[in-house]
Amino acid sequence: MKPHGKMRSAFEKGGRFERLWPLVDAAETFFFRLPVRTAGGTHIRDAYDLKRMMMIVVVALFPSMIFGTYNVGYQFYASAGIPADHLACVLKGLTVVIPLYVVTFAVGGAWEVLFALIRGEEINEGFFVTGALIPLIMPPTIPLWQLALAVSFGVVLGKELFGGTGMNIFNPALVSRAFLFFAYPKSISGADVWTLTGGTVVDAYTMATPLHLGIEPKGDIIAHLAGNGFDFWRMLWGLEPGSIGETSAIAVLAGAFILVVTGVGSWRIIVSVFAGGAAMALLCNAFAPSPASMLALPAHYHFVAGGFAFGAVFMATDPVSAAGTNAGKYVYGFLIGLLTVMVRTLNPAYPEGMMLAILFMNLFAPLIDYTVVRLNMRRRGRRAAG
Amino acid sequence: MAVDKKIFLSPINENNPITTQVLGICSALAVTSQLKPSIVMGLAVIAVMVFSNLITSLMREYIPQKVRIIVEMTVVASLVILVDQILKAYAYQMSKQLSVFVGLIITNCIVLGRIEAFSMGNRPVPSLVDGLGNGLGYALILFIVGFFRELLGFGKILGYQVLPESLYAAGYENNGLMVLAPGAFIILSLIIWLQRTISGYRED
Repeated sequence: MKPHGKMRSAFEKGGRFERLWPLVDAAETFFFRLPVRTAGGTHIRDAYDLKRMMMIVVVALFPSMIFGTYNVGYQFYASAGIPADHLACVLKGLTVVIPLYVVTFAVGGAWEVLFALIRGEEINEGFFVTGALIPLIMPPTIPLWQLALAVSFGVVLGKELFGGTGMNIFNPALVSRAFLFFAYPKSISGADVWTLTGGTVVDAYTMATPLHLGIEPKGDIIAHLAGNGFDFWRMLWGLEPGSIGETSAIAVLAGAFILVVTGVGSWRIIVSVFAGGAAMALLCNAFAPSPASMLALPAHYHFVAGGFAFGAVFMATDPVSAAGTNAGKYVYGFLIGLLTVMVRTLNPAYPEGMMLAILFMNLFAPLIDYTVVRLNMRRRGRRAAG
Repeated sequence: MAVDKKIFLSPINENNPITTQVLGICSALAVTSQLKPSIVMGLAVIAVMVFSNLITSLMREYIPQKVRIIVEMTVVASLVILVDQILKAYAYQMSKQLSVFVGLIITNCIVLGRIEAFSMGNRPVPSLVDGLGNGLGYALILFIVGFFRELLGFGKILGYQVLPESLYAAGYENNGLMVLAPGAFIILSLIIWLQRTISGYRED
């Protein structure tokens, strides 16, 4: 507390710079021990708070971040037909991922601080997870100014408009992505944006993602994917074009393990998203007109393609926008999985449905919770009466 | 006869039919993708509101309570048809662009709302002023929404390119979201947010 001990009083209530107090408060809690002590009797309790919860999610994202960085470089060299070692891939990936993170945190952080100052609230760490997620759900070719706009949109309209961290209806990271998807569709859909290229692409390299290939499969869909180099195991490991963090189901599962073991992410939601996806995929398979159709894609391919695993583990489990009741979580997750596969298979305009399915179910989460609570009340009412 | 200034000013800001009462949203979304149709639509609604308020106020002593809605709708419908015909005669392209939305002014809640709430119980001159104020309040929001949607969605204002070519050469792109109806929702919500932050108004 020493370095600014004398100046501190000017920022406290009644001081000259009272309005800037959130900045001082944030700096203090960030760099120093808190000056606040427990005044009453002794309480032994865990210091589990929002900050630690957020940090666990960020730690759980590390596998996807690291693998995504490597994969961006790997795809770059593969598309150019240049053999490259692992280090070169990582370094190339860093030149893409670091600017994305810098822009995301600079823009998002600036909005957070601005709103905290205007509203006179503490600057909270709500943006940590959103900021860590946003670059991972972007294609590596996204222009930085579009990213900056999308982050602004997600933070201001997705979160601050509703009252800040914990008050938002929708997942702010997905709001950012949805904004880009509708405002600048050329930058975030189609077959050409998912790989960073050096200009020339060798013939042997497929730019399209597996889901994009599924729109109009030539012949048996599994053979068609395999013909382009996408067999199940490659899609599981994730050396394929796609949004930066979503490609590797293995890295996502490692994160899921951390989230579930620490109790930060709800296993009910994760499991039910996969169950819903499997149910819808089986239904589609049963009605597939021929093997040369997206409808014929088996469930385990759906799980490893696109953002299914990433969305199920890191997006659907956002405790603010997801359903809160245990029974509600099953319904919420199941419908996300079901809708995702439905959009993917039945609507050729949208090769991927994870983002829209989660945002859609975010909207219904309060209704699901309300229904669960009302049903429980009725059940207990009947029991008391009988 | 002195008319209270508030009758005119209140619907333009703190009692705005769109941002405070959230009426007339349908046309505010449908015609505002460019500025020009927004202006024409705004003017059309002002004309209908001024005259419908004036006429119903003149007739208010003679309208039986039980059939008043029918009489009011007849007045509004006649005026809307008049406006529609004038547009067809003098601004055919514009009338094609606005298509059904001119006809749908009949169902604009603001028009019937002001007749019911104001002109049926007030003298003609204040009623006329009330119609003008509410019409302007509606038109003002349409202008703002239309201005930003055309600027961000097309890079143009009133059909003229205002964003320089050099900006596009540097990698700028028009915002596709602003061309879609949700773009109008978003701009509208930002206006409402700004207005309510300044005025401190809260929904009960």
